[in-house]
Amino acid sequence: MVDSKHQWKAWLYLSPAIVLLLIFTVWPIYNTIKMSLLEGYNTMAASNPLHPGFSFGFYNYTYVLQYDGIGNFVNCLKNTVLLCILTVPISTILALLIAVALNSIKRLQKLLQTIFFMPYVTNSIAIGMVFAAMFNMIIGGSTRPDSVGIINNVLEFFGIGYINWTNAGSEYWANIVVMVVYIVWNALPFKILILLGGLQSINKQYYEAARVDGTPRWRVLTKITVPLLSPMLAYVVITGFIGGFKEYSSIVGIFGDKLGPTGNPYSLDTMVGFIYRSLSTQEGNASAAALILFGIIFVVTMVNLYVSKKKTYY
Amino acid sequence: MSDIRTMNKRDWKKVSDRQRVVGGIGTAFTYTFLIIMAIIVIFPFYFMIISSLKTMDEYRLSVPTLFPRVFAFQNYAEVFASKDLQLAQLFFNTVFVGVVSTALSLVITVLSAFAFARLEFKGKNALFAGLLATMMIPGELFTITNYQTVNYFGWMNSYTVLIVPFLVSVFYIYLLRQNFLQIPNELYLAAKVDGCGDLKYLRKVMIPLALPTLISITILKMMGSWNSYMWPRLVANDDAHRLITNGLRTAFTNAEGVTNIPVQMAAVTVVSFPLFLVFIFLRKYIMKGVSRSGIKG
Repeated sequence: MVDSKHQWKAWLYLSPAIVLLLIFTVWPIYNTIKMSLLEGYNTMAASNPLHPGFSFGFYNYTYVLQYDGIGNFVNCLKNTVLLCILTVPISTILALLIAVALNSIKRLQKLLQTIFFMPYVTNSIAIGMVFAAMFNMIIGGSTRPDSVGIINNVLEFFGIGYINWTNAGSEYWANIVVMVVYIVWNALPFKILILLGGLQSINKQYYEAARVDGTPRWRVLTKITVPLLSPMLAYVVITGFIGGFKEYSSIVGIFGDKLGPTGNPYSLDTMVGFIYRSLSTQEGNASAAALILFGIIFVVTMVNLYVSKKKTYY
Repeated sequence: MSDIRTMNKRDWKKVSDRQRVVGGIGTAFTYTFLIIMAIIVIFPFYFMIISSLKTMDEYRLSVPTLFPRVFAFQNYAEVFASKDLQLAQLFFNTVFVGVVSTALSLVITVLSAFAFARLEFKGKNALFAGLLATMMIPGELFTITNYQTVNYFGWMNSYTVLIVPFLVSVFYIYLLRQNFLQIPNELYLAAKVDGCGDLKYLRKVMIPLALPTLISITILKMMGSWNSYMWPRLVANDDAHRLITNGLRTAFTNAEGVTNIPVQMAAVTVVSFPLFLVFIFLRKYIMKGVSRSGIKG
């Protein structure tokens, strides 16, 4: 029932969206790909009438992947991948356990559910600063810092001793632990919410049957809950990876915009951080990095979809 | 279920007895786990609030206090009076940008979703598929060119640059279209027969029916403006247009890089406060919006 008289109306309603998308979405796709393929492209040189023009090829990609100065792309890539493969499984498993536990209780369920959702409605920079303060030591004149920070106080209480987490001279693994703790904390509410929603829609009869058979809880979890929840699990894993590859503001929250402990700038930089640092002066490199990021996200998502299609039960 | 009925009473009792004991231990374990996790989740908020009320001397104690000895409200006074932070300006900028971009974005989203859900035109499906495909691309890829574009338009350091590039969200269009599609088409055709125009129909029928989705979009968009960091820092980091998150990150750190943590925590608390209000009063809408649509924050 295409009514040709009214077609113009549809285009009229769509026009604001289409105009904005053409300028801020479609044009950037073309332009970014173009810049990534022009050797050493930057707008400053491009606007110079005497500039001979840029040669075409994959130079920016190889440059980005080979450059090894401070804050180089490969280091950013390593940080990003490391944070991804640590935080996605940890947060997914924790969220699953919490969601299953929440689903199995009656009293306090609403209150606990509310508490677990709280970190969702926060500002990742602001709360990052809170985490930074919790791990931060205040160095005084003596050999021992004036204050070792609340996390170290807890560790000392258990007889472990204090660790330099984020201050000057802190080690890489300690920095990564802090980031993992913060990112997992931040990722939990979304995952719990999605998984709990999935759990509540599972038919209770499966559990009744398991109860009659006296199936142990662990087997109920691995043989009934996880398989039936697999679509939601696949979903939180995929979105977790996509979000994880774009990790950036949580690191700014903890370490500030130098993206590393004092004296070791950019040691925790990520792919997005690299793009933001180079986009106003080295557009060619930034574009190449952005397309590499897109490629990685695309491949990981496809692999995830493929695996989840094979493992998902309905 | 027929198995259950064939079990005789004694067997049934044995099973349920054993399960009561195992279940009791299990339940205690479940609650312990949940409560420990809940404390871990909530602790940063508690730490933020108590630290914001401590004096620097108390904060520096090697054995920390879990509750401030005296409430150091002067930390908050310092936050509000700070020339460095200019909180009032930051609040105004953020709220202004949030309200204007949410309002414009809602209009654009409603019109587009309506066209995709109710109107017929050539190339509709191809266009819609094309839009959905752009959702796979990370936003950073657009940012590089958009930075040049807004520079070319002369929009640097203005409200425009914070609002216009993000007015269209393919995701929200998709979300609302799905919602509109659930409204029976007969309603639209009947309204047409009665001589009701598209816009009137939108206003009287579709918008009220899709209100929960629209509210979710509004909340998420406002929160987005409150939390946005990268783009504003890039294009509007002057005193007149800076948004709250950017102002916050660098405040209260002196030239030697030493931070007055209690004052900083007071600032973080002030900035988080509106989000807490949103959480308390609009939690249901956010949770519904997130679980229905799967929006990753």
